[in-house]
Amino acid sequence: MLWRYQVTGVDTVTLYFGDRIDIALVSRIQQAAEALRRRLHGRILDLVPSYTTLLIRYDLRLDDLASLTRDIADTLAELPQSGPGSHRSEVIEIPVFYHPSVGPDLAAVAKRAGLSPDQVIERHRAQEYNVFAIGFAPGFAYLGEVPAALATPRLATPRAKVPAGTLGIADTQTAIYPIDSPGGWNLIGRTPLRLFDPERAQPSLLTAGQRVRFRAIGQEEYLALGGRLDDMPWVSGERKGEQP
Amino acid sequence: MSTTVGFVFTRPGFLSLLQDGGRRGVMHMGLATGGAMDRHAWAWANRLLGNSWGTPALEITFGGIEFQSELDTQIAITGAEVQCTVNGQPRPLWTTLAVHAGDTVTLSAPRTGIRSYLAVRGGFRVPPGLGGSCATFTREGTGGLHRDGRPLQAGDRLPCPPSLEPVPVRKVPQPWQPDYRAPLELAVIPCAQVERFPADTLARFFASEYTLTPQTDRMGARLKGPALDVLGKTLISEGTSLGAIQVPADGQPIVLLNDRQTIGGYPKLGAVTPRSLDALAQRPPGTAIRFRATTLHEAQLEERQFLRFFAEQV
Repeated sequence: MLWRYQVTGVDTVTLYFGDRIDIALVSRIQQAAEALRRRLHGRILDLVPSYTTLLIRYDLRLDDLASLTRDIADTLAELPQSGPGSHRSEVIEIPVFYHPSVGPDLAAVAKRAGLSPDQVIERHRAQEYNVFAIGFAPGFAYLGEVPAALATPRLATPRAKVPAGTLGIADTQTAIYPIDSPGGWNLIGRTPLRLFDPERAQPSLLTAGQRVRFRAIGQEEYLALGGRLDDMPWVSGERKGEQP
Repeated sequence: MSTTVGFVFTRPGFLSLLQDGGRRGVMHMGLATGGAMDRHAWAWANRLLGNSWGTPALEITFGGIEFQSELDTQIAITGAEVQCTVNGQPRPLWTTLAVHAGDTVTLSAPRTGIRSYLAVRGGFRVPPGLGGSCATFTREGTGGLHRDGRPLQAGDRLPCPPSLEPVPVRKVPQPWQPDYRAPLELAVIPCAQVERFPADTLARFFASEYTLTPQTDRMGARLKGPALDVLGKTLISEGTSLGAIQVPADGQPIVLLNDRQTIGGYPKLGAVTPRSLDALAQRPPGTAIRFRATTLHEAQLEERQFLRFFAEQV
């Protein structure tokens, strides 16, 4: 596995594994992160994988860059040279209520794609997605890639509040907001699942390298699974300039 | 009758957050690291009371608090220059103070500096949450006294350990109490994507004055000044470092701080050292800022010295 490193802060070093977004690379970086977590247990403060990189935050009281990078090199040299190996993960199924009431941009995404809202839903749920990275907010998983027709640029003006569970599209990526937050993604539906729960043993439902599939559900099932319809700013008559 | 005793806040202040040394091992879940913004003042408050590194203290931004103690204990208040009173009598900062059950303690708005740290003998009794920390994250809605990211509210009780042996009265020597009005020059380790910034841009960056804007918060210090040119406006999102100086399309630098997002896609020209960030944490919006280049070696020496002094005490 080819890599180089770059100092990125007083106690961080970032490993670069490639310069193109590719799910096979995400998987190999995940494998590298796990190997380093095992080998450098207790010495490392954080390991942050992203699309093509792995940031390592180390403890200045225990390590210096020279000894750390030597041990990183030793660890990575023992990994298989190519392929995700046995790392292929199970598919996580996420139920989604695709509907304008919870996805106020569904009509706009459809119009832009020259499709009906039902066709947008059909295409969005028909395929499998990969978790490319976790970031932006706790448990926020960047999933890709959406079918080309559904790729939609971010809203010119982000909404002040997007409720937790809302599913959106930005360019070729799709994601669910795990917590209430401001956001500029095009909203097309909502899941009753909690993507992030600080009280769970695994607070984040998703991790980088996993695969995801969406299952379309109706309002009844959405509500039965704990979904909410009472916390959406766009339903209470509040309209912002960016609304279609 | 309550089973726990502590400090009951009648005025919680503008933004008062429980903070400790921050989280570890959870950034990969998208969780910020957090922790005290001015570690120097925070660590002194704990050290004066014989508390170990990492002990939770209250980070009070812009002062203005009042609380009643339900127990006999000791406290220390460090950081911003506020007027402190106990039962109406002025009391000094940067020293060990005795408080008794029934005492009322107040802090005024600061004259200089913006963040005060209130520590108690033995540390506030708040169980650690995610990443082994009780730090408060308002944006995430995690951590803190109620584990939901809320800042301290009127009526909140911060639980304190009762009946601890008092420590001898100690005081931080005057020369070690920083002057938060002093001109601020931040040390920067040029690194990360620094090669994307043309030489004349880097020269301009290190020769110019920037201003801290009111849009600054615990996530990032937003600066205003001569715009910086970057070759290639974005990069593939990667993990973010404390102090990283990211430059978005408008060329105005943002210094990433404790509550920063865990990954980001703007090119970075380097990282401000942690000791410089401690000083920055006490500056109000409008403060003029300059930068100087340092090396990783120098920055690590300085940081190790700081950690050795505060984090390796017996």
